[in-house]
Amino acid sequence: MRTQNCRKVYGQTLVELGKHNKRIVVLEADLGKSTMSCFFQDAYPERYFEMGIAEQNMVSTAAGLAITGKIPFVNSFAVFSTGRPYDQIRQSVCIGKLNVKIIGSSCGLSDFGDGATHQGIEDMALMRGLPNMTVLAPVDGIETKKIVKAAVEYEGPVYIRINRNELPDLSDENEQFEIGKPYVIRQGNDITVFANGIMVSKALKAAEVLAEEGVSLQVVNMSTLKPIDDEAVKKLVQGSKGVITAEEHTIMGGLASAITHILRRSTIPIECVAIQDQFGQSALDYEKLLEHYGLTTEEIIRAARELLR
Amino acid sequence: MPLSDEQLERITRMARTIRYDIVSMIGAGKPGHLGGSCSIAEIVATLYFYKMRHKPDKPKWPDRDRFLLSKGHAALAQYAALAECGYFPKEHLQTLKQLGTILQGHPDMLRTPGIEANTGSLGQGLSIACGIALAGRLDKKDYRVYCILGDGEIAEGQIWQATMAAAYYKLDNLVAILDKNKIQATGPIVERFDTNPLPEKWKAFGWSVSEIDGHDVKQIAQALDEAEKVKDKPVMIIAHTIKGKGVPFAEDKAAFHHGIMTREQHEQAMRALSD
Repeated sequence: MRTQNCRKVYGQTLVELGKHNKRIVVLEADLGKSTMSCFFQDAYPERYFEMGIAEQNMVSTAAGLAITGKIPFVNSFAVFSTGRPYDQIRQSVCIGKLNVKIIGSSCGLSDFGDGATHQGIEDMALMRGLPNMTVLAPVDGIETKKIVKAAVEYEGPVYIRINRNELPDLSDENEQFEIGKPYVIRQGNDITVFANGIMVSKALKAAEVLAEEGVSLQVVNMSTLKPIDDEAVKKLVQGSKGVITAEEHTIMGGLASAITHILRRSTIPIECVAIQDQFGQSALDYEKLLEHYGLTTEEIIRAARELLR
Repeated sequence: MPLSDEQLERITRMARTIRYDIVSMIGAGKPGHLGGSCSIAEIVATLYFYKMRHKPDKPKWPDRDRFLLSKGHAALAQYAALAECGYFPKEHLQTLKQLGTILQGHPDMLRTPGIEANTGSLGQGLSIACGIALAGRLDKKDYRVYCILGDGEIAEGQIWQATMAAAYYKLDNLVAILDKNKIQATGPIVERFDTNPLPEKWKAFGWSVSEIDGHDVKQIAQALDEAEKVKDKPVMIIAHTIKGKGVPFAEDKAAFHHGIMTREQHEQAMRALSD
């Protein structure tokens, strides 16, 4: 299976879109060589603003650029682009519905080596709580490209979280991306798994294992966390015996919260695979860290068996 | 064109009208940001009625000069100026903070014609002004961006981030005016953080700095005129002001940062500011 690095795809897509769309400007807080905003810097230095290690000023400056008709992309690690300037995103950007795009690079545990301080595990919860904010989490490189394009075309605040590591291509190159739409990646009748980011690939592996036991999993890529099409979600679970949510994020305020809320009047049982209420830590290997926090194929299989018991 | 005697008289009168509007908007028996609104009346009047290029009937005119109130709680002074300019009918002033009004407690760009950004969470306005100034340069526009800061507000670290960024990007289309009224919500600033000396701080960061009497229209106009001649540096005008200026019982009083006027006080203030 082909893998791609979403950060690189993101940087390349910005360069591609920036060629014709001169309204696109890019702001960076000294992590350009990691977020890959450096590609844009090389291509269009006059539209690239290094804002130093000062995220609050970076976000409010982006608000000023958006007020004046630019489409600013604000870059840093997910933990720093949402947490440090949370109030600036709220006050300078979201109340005014400004056209600012916030990039949360190295999201979740994907910056495995750097430990708790650098692992943005509550970024989507923070962004989802903000009125006027759209929250997107691409599943792979193919979708990253489409999502960056969709963010440019959409007028308003958008948060995009991007994984640091290589991810397998899972989504359909020819399918058009629409904000808010759940994408069924694998059909199945017994259990529906709503997943985003790297957890979609874990869910697909779980589906393969369970298929051998005669259990069929429907896997849905929830690359939009907000806004969610409630009716589409309800429709997708019709006939399922259970629902699983899977995300590389704290169990508080992300996909688990969104799906359980939508299905609150349903009797369908739900299991949530997510980081429990705790911070991350360093590891030498990404998969080992995911395993430590229960973000695995095995955990999804366990949840499915639990639901079918 | 330097300030004419006629303009001087008109703007001085307008500052008085702005204060009258502020007191009238707040009314008696209700809290309102009286002190910090009154301290900027001359500065706001000089910007709107002398310095700024703007069209009240076309609030989004792309070539307009921009005004941002980083100390957003002083919105009353800006609302009064906008109404006096004709951005919206003066009747709106009496709807301040009412449910559904165009005049929110803090500036709201989506509700009020002439408001450029949502400010009021202190420390953010200068950064937004930097963004607008950067965009002006990208677009090869010659508009200028004016931003009023509070002296209590500059305790926010973001102000100093913006101060560094503006100097680094040589934003000579940006003018910040510090309303140095020396009092924050709960008392004298020097008894909280002593942020003095201020001119030296901004000079050290690479800004062009001047100091004026913020209630002297001639000095304000001159400082704004001089700011246009500065190249490759942002400009900081430190305006020494009196909190609550023009309302005798509120002058220099922290209690009137967001105080309540009694009916008697309100009448006294209205009388003091009437022609």
